Amino acid sequence: MKKYGKQILYMVIAVGAYAAVMLLVNMGLLSRQMTSLIIPVCMNIILAVSLCLVVGFLGELSLGHAAFMSIGAYSGALVLKSGLPVVVSLPLAVLVGGCCAAVLGFVVGIPVLRLKGDYLAIVTLAFGEIIKSVFNAATPITGGAGGMKKIPAVTTYKNFTFVYILMLLVILLVSYLVNSRHGRAICAIRDNYIAAETIGIKVSRFKTMAFVISAFMAGMGGVIYAGNIGILKPVNFDYNTSIEILVMVVLGGMGNITGSIIAALLLTVLPEMLRGLSNYRMLVYAVVLIAMMLFNNSPMKRILVEKKNMRQAAKIQ
Amino acid sequence: MKRTAKVISMALAATMVFSTSAMAAETFIIGGIGPTTGAAASYGTSVKQGAEIAIAEINGAGGVTVGDTTYELALEWADDEASEDKAPQAYNTVMDAGANAIMGCVTSGACIAITSQTYQDGILQITPSGSAEGCIENDNAFRICFSDPEQGVAMADYMVETMGISKIAVIYNVADEYSSGIQEAFEAEVAAKGGEIVASEAFQTNDVDFNAQLTSIKNTDAEAIYVPAYYQDATYITKQAGELGMSLPFYGSDGWDGVLGTVTDASTVEGVIFTSPFCASVEDEKVVAFVSAYEEAYGATPDQFAADAYDCVYTFKAAMEQAGSIESEDMIAAMPEISVSGQTGDPITFDAAGAAVKDVKFVTIKDGAYTFVE
Repeated sequence: MKKYGKQILYMVIAVGAYAAVMLLVNMGLLSRQMTSLIIPVCMNIILAVSLCLVVGFLGELSLGHAAFMSIGAYSGALVLKSGLPVVVSLPLAVLVGGCCAAVLGFVVGIPVLRLKGDYLAIVTLAFGEIIKSVFNAATPITGGAGGMKKIPAVTTYKNFTFVYILMLLVILLVSYLVNSRHGRAICAIRDNYIAAETIGIKVSRFKTMAFVISAFMAGMGGVIYAGNIGILKPVNFDYNTSIEILVMVVLGGMGNITGSIIAALLLTVLPEMLRGLSNYRMLVYAVVLIAMMLFNNSPMKRILVEKKNMRQAAKIQ
Repeated sequence: MKRTAKVISMALAATMVFSTSAMAAETFIIGGIGPTTGAAASYGTSVKQGAEIAIAEINGAGGVTVGDTTYELALEWADDEASEDKAPQAYNTVMDAGANAIMGCVTSGACIAITSQTYQDGILQITPSGSAEGCIENDNAFRICFSDPEQGVAMADYMVETMGISKIAVIYNVADEYSSGIQEAFEAEVAAKGGEIVASEAFQTNDVDFNAQLTSIKNTDAEAIYVPAYYQDATYITKQAGELGMSLPFYGSDGWDGVLGTVTDASTVEGVIFTSPFCASVEDEKVVAFVSAYEEAYGATPDQFAADAYDCVYTFKAAMEQAGSIESEDMIAAMPEISVSGQTGDPITFDAAGAAVKDVKFVTIKDGAYTFVE
């Protein structure tokens, strides 16, 4: 019983969150503003958790997450626009979007993952810019600078159940992966590259694996984006978007899935909550961000965490 | 201390009395959506301020009378950062605030991102400045400004037919929807009218060196250069053309409005002609009244975004009066019947597609100042 306690708790939270949202929406208690945030929150959680795998667990700084998202978004949007019934086209689009992103993640990953640290970050940044230029230039397919338009709005809050299940799957996949044998190998690479190699872990293989899985999930997130907004423009997938996702991961505490989820939720809702401040909104948002980052790194938080650990230890005894 | 509290509470009570008396008239809320932060903030700010001038004017003149009710106009503004992802939230925020009609979005992409929602809600949506085709696709959506192709076609007709130019070179921004939209329509129309595009040179957003494009145009027998782009680009292009010793006349799109503020030497843009619906320095009674009210309130000269927004508010007023109702359904039905006498056109009417029908005006720079082409 003790062993499954945590899993049961998470399950209760997952079901409870779903029930709460459904109840609020169906009873009309949620304002339209908040209702329109439901899907972006789920999407950002998918993106943050997937990036968490690369940045938090693999320990490599990737600044090209928006590029994978855009590939998924564009390819998924083509499927959504094909005119198939939504029941077929939506899951298919998510799958196609994910796969396209994963294939590109693989192609890019092979040369890129031989680099480390700052070099990898710069190369992924450049990769993102290349993808953006390609989408800008391929006007017949992507609509160029004007964007791909008339994408059916399939992932609105009315399809919350589908998006929510997808989000749960992503979270489950990442959390089971990092607790598995493969995940331990990934973490080992992060903690000590040389030691991992000496005990026989195939570093480049595990790096590529984490990178590809992360790209796959980012691609799925991109499809959710496409179906929610209805228009895709290359400028919306620039490095700023990558950084935004990275901020969620960093704020959540590197390698902390729960943290990433909470940070994604917070950073999506916060700018909307601050609308009352009109033009000072983005300023206050930035200040709050700085404050949260400082708190995350402060001795006060460390003391709080230690206290919690002590309490747990006392309970076990 | 006690006394201070007393004074404050009395002041509060007084404001409450005043605010309740001001609330006596019914309020018609215009939900404005546009960027007031981010890279496109100047457009959104202009729209917001232009609309506020019009609203103050209308309210000052007693509001809008529909049937036996008088409505005061109010603007509920939400920032969308000119971003497609933020626009739906901004739209829903103004809807939460009880918006009766939507003025927005300011930029095309953001506008397209909310059209399906406004259509579902059946609310009257008028974009002051969203020039892309998709903005007014649905029956509930209308536009005040010219669409991109309209401008290109108008300028092509003007250059080929009125000015008698047959060999034209084009410089345009391939990464910008506005610029490439005009360029496409322009080139097609020039060809249809029997003119010839001798060079079509592309550049990218944020380019500052246009020597390559200008040199290749110099080697052709072009008689004029058409630049559908924003004034920042136009500033560099005209200056570098002068340095290369080129004396070909320049023609531009409405993005050129404001070019006099950025050129170092006004003689480089002397004689250029561009399409623009609004010119702040013309001696017209209505324009002067708007410009002076705007300058007094905000300390800046209104641009065409402000003028479009001003006309947008008057369009709402005309639609309310024509419909005799503030229900979106009735106002949408009344839209094709109204005629607005505005800053950017007199009269402005709306066709079945939802686009504004008004004359294209040509502005030229003469002696370092904007004037309409006679």
